[in-house]
Amino acid sequence: MDFELSREHTMARQLFRDFAENEVKPLAEEVDEEERFPKETVVKLARYGFLGIPFAKEHGGQGCDTLTYAMCVEELSRVCATTGVIVSAHTSLGAEPIRKYGTNEQKEKYLVPLAKGEKLGAFGLTEPNAGTDASGQQTKAVLDGDNYILNGTKIFITNGGEADIYIIFAMTDKSSGTKGISAFIVEKGFQGFSIGKKEKKMGIRGSATTELVFEDCIVPAANRLSVEGKGFGIAMGTLDGGRIGIAAQALGIAQGALDETVNYVKERKQFGRSISHFQNTQFQLADLKSRIEAARLLVYRAALAKDSKARFSEEAAMAKLFASETAMAVTTKCVQLYGGYGYTRDYPIERMMRDAKITEIYEGTSEVQRMVIAGAMLK
Amino acid sequence: MNVIVCIKQVPDTTEVRLDPVTNTLIRDGVPSIINPDDKAGLEAALAIKDQTGAKVTVISMGPPQAENALREALAMGADEAVLVTDRAFGGADTWATSSTLAAAIAKFDYDLIITGRQAIDGDTAQVGPQIAEHLGIPNISYAEEIKVEEGYIQVKRQYEERYHLIRAELPCLITALAELAEPRYMSPGGIFDACRKAEITVLSRTDLDVDDSNIGLKGSPTRVKRSFTKQAKGKGSVIEKDTLESVNWLIDRLQEKYII
Repeated sequence: MDFELSREHTMARQLFRDFAENEVKPLAEEVDEEERFPKETVVKLARYGFLGIPFAKEHGGQGCDTLTYAMCVEELSRVCATTGVIVSAHTSLGAEPIRKYGTNEQKEKYLVPLAKGEKLGAFGLTEPNAGTDASGQQTKAVLDGDNYILNGTKIFITNGGEADIYIIFAMTDKSSGTKGISAFIVEKGFQGFSIGKKEKKMGIRGSATTELVFEDCIVPAANRLSVEGKGFGIAMGTLDGGRIGIAAQALGIAQGALDETVNYVKERKQFGRSISHFQNTQFQLADLKSRIEAARLLVYRAALAKDSKARFSEEAAMAKLFASETAMAVTTKCVQLYGGYGYTRDYPIERMMRDAKITEIYEGTSEVQRMVIAGAMLK
Repeated sequence: MNVIVCIKQVPDTTEVRLDPVTNTLIRDGVPSIINPDDKAGLEAALAIKDQTGAKVTVISMGPPQAENALREALAMGADEAVLVTDRAFGGADTWATSSTLAAAIAKFDYDLIITGRQAIDGDTAQVGPQIAEHLGIPNISYAEEIKVEEGYIQVKRQYEERYHLIRAELPCLITALAELAEPRYMSPGGIFDACRKAEITVLSRTDLDVDDSNIGLKGSPTRVKRSFTKQAKGKGSVIEKDTLESVNWLIDRLQEKYII
């Protein structure tokens, strides 16, 4: 049992911190305010290998591990949750299923450019009538010679429109329920695939969240991930990993809010002295820091579990549940410590509170995480 | 082509605070960084590597923890790292440092040596040129742009209100200004390789062909006579007049002080 980061993880954290402070933080307010996808940041993320951290070098990646990847998402989210989720959705949801379930040909064609950051990835599972109940897929895929023909609509897709490669789930056999779902690798330019409505959101406003529309979309049968009917398992397995990314995002948001608040309470004066001198402020900060540290241990443990264990659903679910609820609680308390100024857009703290909320919802709501955790206990 | 870059691990002076009572530097908890001019020199070397496939070797003289600066250089893309460390080298001034580094460099093949102009903890700007002297090769200081050609290097040397364009035959040593290049970030994979795979060559006293009279404290002719903390100047004056009046006011003040 060792709670010290290794030298390489310590150096990697410093790298991500420096990059986030210098390259990401200056844009955070603007991408939120203008609901603008930070394309220029994605170019830099690619240049320094941040889009392929956990993947092997032979697949174009950095040859690091899940903990390093989680620390990257954490540090980016500490200053800009939008940037954190771009990396998380790309890595965990877009690229990882190809690493885990893809053929050698699929890895060569799709994982390598994703891991190198030449292409951006996304994942399409959610539909208007299939959210927490992912089994209610209505998108259909029908085999026609060497191709599948896809029809249907996906909603709330992170990196939608910006991504080049999408992992898409569709029913190949409606009568088989969850065993009738299959997964496909769909390229942006495929005939019959278009990007629908872009959502206007409460938080992570620079992140592109769109509909994906499939109208007789032609997908080569060679782009089916694994065999027919394995899609539901692929989706659930992928989301287990994705939850570590979102847990890291939530952790970063919470840490960023606390860091901003510590600076603020030292500056802000009331009753003739800085509010950091008041015991209420001190006790609140102490509670917030303790909670964040607890979240960090859960997130890092889940990251280590993903690399060392066949099953890590429970660890990932606990990390995501606790870290996202921590992010919401911490940012809410931080806005309170700021008082009226915290409610204005002159300070980043209200943005962090808006950004925190989504971490309790996407890639499995807090309720889904509780279902996963309880399910593992009671089976 | 072989490029050797000399780097020094220094305290990040932007993070150093003064103890208000003793007026000394508070070094506790101050992070160590690669000296900024050296890091620009390293970036210039890595750019040459990107273009020509040159081999980049970083050398640092310092205590064992200078290894961290070398690993950072490896994580940025340097090929090999050499740590010159021994208690016998401690307390060196610029003469003893350059003698030691030159003896270390002499053990390797080199076409180009890059050092930073000066270190932010010493500001002497002497070590680079002295290394060139010890090795008997040309030195071009204050490089703000460089171009490597077959067997030659062309350097734009900063020089007050003008610049010099100098072409020199290799091997040659240049001292880099921070403006020479914007250093790249490390890559995560580079960090893992630097920490898990890379071997750092360690050179100690017995590895170097250098006279005892030229190393360490005893080989250092420099003597610090006195050090003092600069007194803070008084507050400046803010003049809010129109342009002509302000200029006249300023000229009067400068004449009063015999500056002009």
